[in-house]
Amino acid sequence: MLKEKDKIFKNLYGFDDWKLEGAKKRGIWSNTKELIKMGSEKIVEEIKNSQLRGRGGAGFPAGLKWSFMPKDSGKDHYLVVNADESEPGTCKDREIMRNDPHLLLEGCLVAAFAMHAHTCYIYIRGEYYSESSNLQKAIDEAYANNLIGKNACGTGWDFDIYLHRGAGAYICGEETALLESLEGKKGQPRLKPPFPAGAGLYGCPTTVTNVETVAVSPTILRRGSKWFANLGSANNTGTKIFSISGHVNNPCNVEEEMGIPLKELIEKHAGGVIGGWENLLAVIPGGASVPLLPKSICDTVKMDFDSLKEVQSGLGTAAVIVMNKSTDIVEAIARLSHFYKHESCGQCTPCREGTGWMYRMMEKMVHGNVEHQDIDKILDVTKQIEGHTICALGDAAAWPIQGLFRHFRPEIEKRIQERNKRVA
Amino acid sequence: MHHPGTNNKVYKKINDNFEWSSENFKKISEIIKKYPSNRIQSAVIPLLDLAQRQNNGWLSKNSMEKVAETLSMSYIRVLEVATFYSMFNLEPIGKNFVQICRTTPCWLRGSDKLSKVAQEVCETNIGETSDNAIFTVVEVECLGACCNAPMVQINDDYYEDLDEESFKKILQDLKNNKSIKVGSQIGRKSSQPERKFDA
Repeated sequence: MLKEKDKIFKNLYGFDDWKLEGAKKRGIWSNTKELIKMGSEKIVEEIKNSQLRGRGGAGFPAGLKWSFMPKDSGKDHYLVVNADESEPGTCKDREIMRNDPHLLLEGCLVAAFAMHAHTCYIYIRGEYYSESSNLQKAIDEAYANNLIGKNACGTGWDFDIYLHRGAGAYICGEETALLESLEGKKGQPRLKPPFPAGAGLYGCPTTVTNVETVAVSPTILRRGSKWFANLGSANNTGTKIFSISGHVNNPCNVEEEMGIPLKELIEKHAGGVIGGWENLLAVIPGGASVPLLPKSICDTVKMDFDSLKEVQSGLGTAAVIVMNKSTDIVEAIARLSHFYKHESCGQCTPCREGTGWMYRMMEKMVHGNVEHQDIDKILDVTKQIEGHTICALGDAAAWPIQGLFRHFRPEIEKRIQERNKRVA
Repeated sequence: MHHPGTNNKVYKKINDNFEWSSENFKKISEIIKKYPSNRIQSAVIPLLDLAQRQNNGWLSKNSMEKVAETLSMSYIRVLEVATFYSMFNLEPIGKNFVQICRTTPCWLRGSDKLSKVAQEVCETNIGETSDNAIFTVVEVECLGACCNAPMVQINDDYYEDLDEESFKKILQDLKNNKSIKVGSQIGRKSSQPERKFDA
């Protein structure tokens, strides 16, 4: 279990003051100038050594991503913070932004300096109204105290942070769709390459990164990459905020060490599964996009990128959705299919047509209103969507359905048989 | 399922001229400053949001034309943005825009019961506005407060940790113009584990 002193998010629940005064008491902005003095190469090196992996879902090594930014391109560089948190099950960035916004802002300065950017846009999802007003107040405070702006923190580095509110599109959490949206267009993902580090916002070098990744970086620099790398296991280091929702006694966000066993996470922090561990049916371990896990795997699986990949799922955003035996598992996944149908941007045919078709199919499956061969048909369609679209939304729509049939195929076959009996 | 924000048609009634209020006009110059001077199209989402707030929660054709004019964009570019994003309503809504989250984490904790309550108390169907125009009730996809499920967004605010009773009370208080408590309805602080209530 993570020790109190190793926690990065000391005000996750908002018991303390989120404003500048409170933030300073928690050590934020205390020696930012010294961190900047390390120089951008050293900062990137430290983040690389800490083995921090991106917290937005894909788990890409953060230091490596930062190092992709060109040193001298002659153009403006941009840091874009992805605060468009819309993955079902995930609500961690929200807590950072409303309860500890200065942690994020300090991270923005450090990260932007490391990638030679003078400007940072924070793209927050439109529905987070009170969160965006907290964050804006924090930005104003930081400007007023010369922590950002001209000669930020007395480092000689000019740095601006702007808050940009989105307008309710899940797809804008995809980095290139987010950039399109920030440029004032429909949020439809771009083809890669060119990657944002080469040509991103306004055609300039840009890095898009998740709130949590940015927010942890000053603490890593302050306490050293060794400290961070010693938490968790190799390649899956550090701490992570887990959002535990669904059928648990105390749904909550909690910061824990990477690699904590799923069972321990649920029982220690979320008060256990409603009806006890034996009443568990399945868990979606990393937000709606990853395949679910049946109880037999949940008994032993560890919560980190590699362990979850081994069991054909993923850590994603570490949003744990717990379902006990009272759940209609087919309907639970059908609802997710509806979500993807609603959020498909409509650019690529396999995704636009496929998500709608899959949803209609899943709705029929809830009542067993299909033929046996339809199960193979829907699996075949998921394979044809997966990997054949510009962005990963197509994959994300396909995986939950694949996961359902991987582990719960007999349940649907049973429903088909029952329905056939009724009709006959 | 009908939702004024996912409607792709411009509302049939063309209302009176839309002009920026002087207060919003000041805000616009502040917003535009955030973006490079040759990239002010970036401000289209914030400006549509501003226009929607000024226009009782929805965007008329005239208001979108005004946004286009303000940012020197063609109207069609503004319209495609307004139709793409679900937060822009293209038809009038009631005074209280009740958005019930229906995605799996909220559903697991009983969001479909909330939908029933809303239909009863607001006297309207999902996706419609009540006759007295006090409520518009819609079901929406994940609002990102899953640890506080089930939850509902009414206008700008989140109401969390709901059950049938507390949601009923909120709607009735809104009906009677009483003030209501924003956030968690069981008194917990953001998404802390509940057992630490007295801490």
